[in-house]
Amino acid sequence: MWEASALTITVFLPLLGAALITLIPKAREELAKPVALVVSLVAFALSLAVLAGYYLGPAGGEGLAYQLRVDWIPIIDASYHVAIDGISLPLFVLSFLLTFLCAVYTFHHLEAPGRPKAFLSLMLLLQTGMAGTFVAFDLVLFFVFWELVLVPMYFMIGIWGGPRREYAAVKFFLYTLFGSVFMLVAFIALYFAGPGTFDIVALQEAGAAGEFGLTFQRLAFLGIFLGLAVKVPMWPFHTWLPDAHTEAPTVGSVLLAGILLKMGTYGFVRIALPILPEAAVEYAPIIGALAVIAILYGALCCLAQTDLKRLIAFSSVGHMGFVMLGIATLTPVGVNAAIFGMIAHGIITGMLFFVVGSIKERYHTRAIADIGGGVLQTMPRMGAVLTFVAIASLGLPPLPGFWGEIVALYAAFNPAPALVDAGFLTFFRVLMVLGAIGTVLTAGYFLNMLQRVTLGTAPARWREAELRDISAIEWGAWSPLLVMTVALGVVPVLVFGITDPAVSAVLTALGVS
Amino acid sequence: MFSEWAWLIPALPALSVLIIVFSGRALPWKGAEVGIVALLASLGLSLGVAWEVFSHNAGVTQGIGPAGDADAAPAGAEAFLLERGLTLTPLGGDLAVELGMRVDGLAAMMFVLVTAVSLMVHIYSTGYMHGDARYTYFFALLSLFSFSMLLLVIASDLLVLLVGWELVGICSYLLIGFWWEDKHNQDASIKAFLTTKLGDVGLVVGIMALAGMFGTFSIQGVLDGVAAGDHSQALLTFALLALILGAVGKSAQFPLHTWLPDAMAGPTPVSALIHAATMVTAGVFIVARLFPAYQAAPVAQGTLAIIGAITLVMAGLLALVQTDLKRVLAYSTVSQLGYMMAALSFSYVAGVFHLFTHGFFKALLFLGAGSVIHAAHSNHMTEMGGLRRVMPVTFWTFLAGSLALIAIPPLAGFWSKDEILVAALEAGGYTGTVVLVLGALGGLITAFYMTRALYLVFAGEFRGHGHPHESEPAMTAPLIALAIPAVAIGWINLPFPALQPLSLSSWVMFDVDYWVANPVELNAVVAVIATVLALAGVLAARAIYREAPERDPLLHLGLLTHVLQRRYYLDDLYTDLIARTAVRDKLAPAAVWFSDRVLDGAVYWSGRGTYELGQGLYATGDQRGIDGAVNGLGLSALWSGARMRLAQSGNVQLYAGALFIGVFVLAVVFASGA
Repeated sequence: MWEASALTITVFLPLLGAALITLIPKAREELAKPVALVVSLVAFALSLAVLAGYYLGPAGGEGLAYQLRVDWIPIIDASYHVAIDGISLPLFVLSFLLTFLCAVYTFHHLEAPGRPKAFLSLMLLLQTGMAGTFVAFDLVLFFVFWELVLVPMYFMIGIWGGPRREYAAVKFFLYTLFGSVFMLVAFIALYFAGPGTFDIVALQEAGAAGEFGLTFQRLAFLGIFLGLAVKVPMWPFHTWLPDAHTEAPTVGSVLLAGILLKMGTYGFVRIALPILPEAAVEYAPIIGALAVIAILYGALCCLAQTDLKRLIAFSSVGHMGFVMLGIATLTPVGVNAAIFGMIAHGIITGMLFFVVGSIKERYHTRAIADIGGGVLQTMPRMGAVLTFVAIASLGLPPLPGFWGEIVALYAAFNPAPALVDAGFLTFFRVLMVLGAIGTVLTAGYFLNMLQRVTLGTAPARWREAELRDISAIEWGAWSPLLVMTVALGVVPVLVFGITDPAVSAVLTALGVS
Repeated sequence: MFSEWAWLIPALPALSVLIIVFSGRALPWKGAEVGIVALLASLGLSLGVAWEVFSHNAGVTQGIGPAGDADAAPAGAEAFLLERGLTLTPLGGDLAVELGMRVDGLAAMMFVLVTAVSLMVHIYSTGYMHGDARYTYFFALLSLFSFSMLLLVIASDLLVLLVGWELVGICSYLLIGFWWEDKHNQDASIKAFLTTKLGDVGLVVGIMALAGMFGTFSIQGVLDGVAAGDHSQALLTFALLALILGAVGKSAQFPLHTWLPDAMAGPTPVSALIHAATMVTAGVFIVARLFPAYQAAPVAQGTLAIIGAITLVMAGLLALVQTDLKRVLAYSTVSQLGYMMAALSFSYVAGVFHLFTHGFFKALLFLGAGSVIHAAHSNHMTEMGGLRRVMPVTFWTFLAGSLALIAIPPLAGFWSKDEILVAALEAGGYTGTVVLVLGALGGLITAFYMTRALYLVFAGEFRGHGHPHESEPAMTAPLIALAIPAVAIGWINLPFPALQPLSLSSWVMFDVDYWVANPVELNAVVAVIATVLALAGVLAARAIYREAPERDPLLHLGLLTHVLQRRYYLDDLYTDLIARTAVRDKLAPAAVWFSDRVLDGAVYWSGRGTYELGQGLYATGDQRGIDGAVNGLGLSALWSGARMRLAQSGNVQLYAGALFIGVFVLAVVFASGA
């Protein structure tokens, strides 16, 4: 019973919680916080149970587990098909962890205009959308969850965001929607051109069996690519990201960076590559090139930022570039690295947005020049945490960012045989060297940021302001992430061990590696 | 017996980090005692490992007799090598990361050097850093550094080695910028990290290339692969050249040496440990680690010789015009690292031997400099002088270290430097000649700048302020302890055939055949010429600086002095022109401009265009029919700043629905065509 319903219960529990929160009377609005906390904690616990069950249960750590397939719209053979494997499990669990920690954080601070009831029900709705995306095994269902995510995030940015929140919210929504439209076209085309189903497993089998012609694959891949590339975001589709991240409230930024971006990269691994393998081989060099441009270009943009939050936002462009580089190699090593990179980025950049949000809350400014350095003096613990997380983000081994980057670079040295046969070996090796150069620029902007923010003598007005160092609630929300940053870095098998069997299975079926 | 437990050598300092971080401040010595005890234990274990390796290897080589006499090693006799490990993680396919240890002569030697110097620096720092506000943090970093360096040394896997490599880099960054209130220190720390990180591009590329070629990150696997010979020679050369770039960055070789003098902004004990004896030798170490691979790539080997030769002279000349005592020593370190790098082009033993001896006497010199600076309250030799009388312990130990560096027989530096020159002579050819000539010339320069420093600091009258006095025992005791190896450590590899089976060359050997084929020998002509050059440098400097040290003629050589003081303009090129002007002020803003204007502009104008199109249609066409679409596509109106009321936002979803219908139609058309 649990086996079949576990994912449904876990995914929709937050939605139920959201509904429950809307029932809270306006006068007792603060009650929303404990309710959201309990709901997100229970959901997180359930996701851990799913993780544990994947190993202890019948799946034994391999293949699809917790499958449930129920007819939904029979006329187009769209079904409610959910399942999970090693590719989605880490992201699935991370989404619940981050939402729970965000629920904790709202006890510390919620941006104007407050209204925790509305905010937290949106956050829980968002959680359902994020988690659903990672377990959907039907394209229609996937798309519903995918779009479901847009709405709460749109409101979170639009209502609780910074000064330019409305611009950022609309830009985020329309930009993503623009990409999604092409993806939807491709999904529907897959239905008509393939075996007449939206079921991802069936479509993967069709793809592996070569049922789709090459021209069709190219077009369909382009459509899916546009939808996913906007979400990742890949260069040059990234311009919504700095605005959305910068204006979003802290919790919004954390979830946006931590989970939403990964929906795009996840889509490549789950949908684009397995269903359209031949087109994937053709597009891989382009994706690899765009990924490396993103790495170098994102780092350069970071160097020029004067706004602390915008700097962190831009850093995501480069980090996701490494993820896409790993995927573009079409090798098990590369895709493992990509998933590791997603998790690492989720934890570390999520944490960075927490810290930067808290600094902004105290300083009432995001401008680096106004902060004027010396955070280590005004708030020693905050400064130390920011230093640690920034160093983690620049890819210092053995912290998680390192494994994602370095293994992706290895994969780029040895891309899939299909790419080698197509004459792209040297091309990918050049990409590897360029990506490695990106790590220097990344270190450069992070150290530059630390110098301008944490080091030096703080301006007198901040020293006299008696800024409050990290609060107990903040420690509560952050310490799990800090612990995981160390744990996943020192024991990388915690992620690689989960992903490797599933990734190898998917890519073996692909027949390119 | 000891070697099986060698993993404890890095593990104990790691444990020390945790204890200091979580409870250091509550302890009576504020955490210093934890680090000292951990390093003492690690040193003890290191000596145990060293003895075990030595007795094994000596047993093998004694059976052969003097090196060079026998044609080949007896079958079955192997150099000591112990590998133990566990899989850290699979990476996909057959690839995995192995958390393992590779204990052999080289590792054993590095264990002894790192733990011994680190222990001395720990003890010294209890005096030097006394009363510092971040005393506990300092000792936590010292332990973290020791752990990282030992991890680098013990690693059996290139990725784990890289972990140690990067960790020592971040420790260096944090320790150079230890007094982070000062902008000067911040800049120095960032420069050090980024310059070495630039070199690390080469290291990463090289490691990936080697691992990619042979399908494993294991050092043994790579060496086996090279030995098997089933690889592309061009790719191997490329990989090893890339690795040299990493070594050039870390070991401050030309042209990436510019960070090391600036790194002197850190506390002096840090300079002794990290920027003289251990971390900066990591580049030399990795070349020595992969020495058999370099033997298979002559182009890469030749590159080592040229880089090393350029570096040793170039840095020696820079040391001549420094007035800051620590900078003299810093350039001297760069120069000596150049000797090591060049040596590895010809002889494994020569390079590794010099690494070992230099570590002791240069650490001694830095700690001595720290003692002097502590007393004179200045880094500048212009504000020193006459300290011989008031600081006798510091003077005599510093003198011992200086003579070892100048390579006066029979002190440590003489034997190891002589070894390098002999190796270059025997190798001959273009690179051998270059290294021999420049190496001998470098000896003259070394003697000159060290004698100059000795006179400026210790002779004549005190030119500074206050009343300097000898440092406390916590600082002088390590000086005395390090003076012993500075004098005597060279005797463990005397170039006499009869002694060789019981010497360092046997201890650190990686391969018995190599030991047999490459005997360490004395060349009397080289030894005499080198010593004469060194004495000439000493006497020349003595003639100039004995009478009037304050009138320094080297600072009045016009253009030459200017070029040297501007450090060949390399810093201006890197920092000002490339890093600041080109990257930060030009490229980065250009990227932002491209993002905001071109890319976002394209998005804006396509939205705007759609909007205008909609407006046109609206004006001429059916208002009711296309009303929704016009508003839906009218995103640019919102973007250009028109206030969007939240009450309206429901419309977005409505428009989305309309869009989807259009999409569906499109898809049907598209799919039916396919």
